[in-house]
Amino acid sequence: MELIANIGLGFSTALTPLNLLYCLAGVFLGTLIGVLPGLGPTATIAMLLPITFNLPPVSSLIMLAGIYYGSQYGGSTTSILVNVPGEAASVVTALDGYQMARKGRAGVALATAAIGSFFAGTVATVILALFAPPLAEIALKFGPAEFFSLMVLGLLASLVLARGSLLHASGMVVLGLLMGLIGSDVNTGTQRFTFDLPQLADGVGFVVVAMGMFGLAEIIRNLENEDDRSLIVSKVTNLMPTKEDWKRIVGPILRGTAIGSILGILPGSGSILGSFAAYAIEKKVSKNSAEFGKGAIEGVAAPESANNAGAQTSFIPMLTLGIPSNPVMALMIGAMIIQGIQPGPSVITEQPALFWGIIVSMWIGNFFLVVLNLPMIGMWVRIVSVPYQFLFPAILVFCGIGVFSLNNTEFDIYLMALFGVIGYIFVKLDCEPAPMLLAFILGPMMEEYLRRALLLSRGDPMVFLERPISATMLALAALAIIVASLPMFYKKREEAFKEE
Amino acid sequence: MNPIARNAKDFWTGVIFLIIGGGAIVLSRDYGMGTAVKMGPAYFPTILSSLLIVIGAISVIRSFLKPGTPIGTVAWKGLFLIIASTLLFGGIVRGAGLAIALPLLIIISAFASTRFRWQYALALAVGVTVFCILIFQVGLGVPLPILGSWFGG
Repeated sequence: MELIANIGLGFSTALTPLNLLYCLAGVFLGTLIGVLPGLGPTATIAMLLPITFNLPPVSSLIMLAGIYYGSQYGGSTTSILVNVPGEAASVVTALDGYQMARKGRAGVALATAAIGSFFAGTVATVILALFAPPLAEIALKFGPAEFFSLMVLGLLASLVLARGSLLHASGMVVLGLLMGLIGSDVNTGTQRFTFDLPQLADGVGFVVVAMGMFGLAEIIRNLENEDDRSLIVSKVTNLMPTKEDWKRIVGPILRGTAIGSILGILPGSGSILGSFAAYAIEKKVSKNSAEFGKGAIEGVAAPESANNAGAQTSFIPMLTLGIPSNPVMALMIGAMIIQGIQPGPSVITEQPALFWGIIVSMWIGNFFLVVLNLPMIGMWVRIVSVPYQFLFPAILVFCGIGVFSLNNTEFDIYLMALFGVIGYIFVKLDCEPAPMLLAFILGPMMEEYLRRALLLSRGDPMVFLERPISATMLALAALAIIVASLPMFYKKREEAFKEE
Repeated sequence: MNPIARNAKDFWTGVIFLIIGGGAIVLSRDYGMGTAVKMGPAYFPTILSSLLIVIGAISVIRSFLKPGTPIGTVAWKGLFLIIASTLLFGGIVRGAGLAIALPLLIIISAFASTRFRWQYALALAVGVTVFCILIFQVGLGVPLPILGSWFGG
């Protein structure tokens, strides 16, 4: 019964006109950036964060969440219509979605993506509502040792799912942790790695890092080769799937939702891994597996359900443990901290309106998305055809003004440019920036938990192995690394990411 | 064969990690190590830098043993123009104001595209500048002048 009361509280929070408006704005923006290739949710949320500082915490988080799951929806439109994924998670959708569009079934493909996403989003929201509170209750009993081990697990798990070399990704994690320590040491006030620059005394802002490494570096990378994007259809008609289509998509949507929900919770993956796994599994179990790659409707339904489910469930570790599972969640944690909310297991009990408001808003947002995406598809089709040479200068402008407005200082603009260069160098060297950003956020927290844990244990490092929950998490972390470095898994991982 | 040519990605990644790790250890020496019970400001950074050095060393060693893929083309023009226009924007935005700094940022960065056309770039500059001044300066009150102090703003 408590759940019903909580959901009631969520509805009363999410249904205020202001929050409805921000939810709509969020999913609208999300769809927009999802549709536009070359602009991802990480860069967008980083750009918009400064704007949300003036909003009430609930409204700002509702909007930011909307941008994230909205972008998963929008990404599919571009995949289907131009064969260029608007979003990393929509890569596999392009395989069959584009083929469907070439056969004149673009409308059905889009409708399938929307239906699958809506169903998956609804289920994943329920999962979030059911599982987050008990998980947070367990986490409330965590001491510093548990939190430290949990972060180790989170970071190592993010390695497993990172693209490119495992060794390089581990280096990026360590580098990110180290960069997180720039600024004044909390306990002694010692200035660390600040090079005597007063602007670095408070550390490097994570928004600056995110905009540089995901905004600027991404623009430069896109400029390496500017592909022509040609629309396969300029007008989308006939959205309704046939009876036969309905029969074929039910299974894939259910399986995709399940796979996406589970994988979304894992650190480091978010929605990307889910869509790949769902597609691969569907290809194995489907009766029509011969049709895959040639326009099989299952190949659209499964990954689209999975990526949306994953986008929602990736909120679970963020909201219950205060641990981000992907860079977008890391930004959300940053947003909470700036809003004066301490992320962690106590959020649910101390800020019930915030927690339940976000959950209910996700469901409302999913409904908005269906409305935004199907009847208004014509508008998105036109936006898809905006050439990149018009887009990137505008993105640059938003980054510039956005990063300035954080602290009203030009220094942050220079720093962002520096991280743009660093980000591009690492992209060229096959070093994934996502694990680094996670580590960057976790760095100061990890040091603090390590310090407290060792203080309590009188300097005995065995404390991490003597406490059962902590030991379990470290064991899982070790397992993750062992699995990831097995040659067999390594090959599979290469294959899975090759299609991108 | 020369590892820089054979596995440039591993080699250079390793070198970068080694330099940063080494530099961080040297800097940390000034901060006070402390003990495990009472960790000083240098304790955690030293652990991390050592780890980074180990990872960097493995990467460099690996580049001698295992061939890799080449780094590929670098968008030098894009890199230079995007970074230069951003730095310029930071440098002049207060003095010149948004009405000057924004169009410059847009036009210089737009040069980076192979499909650059003056008429499009100018139109984009006007449109985005007006939009941004309305949203950020008028709407959200970001403290940046439309015309800066150099122009008596």
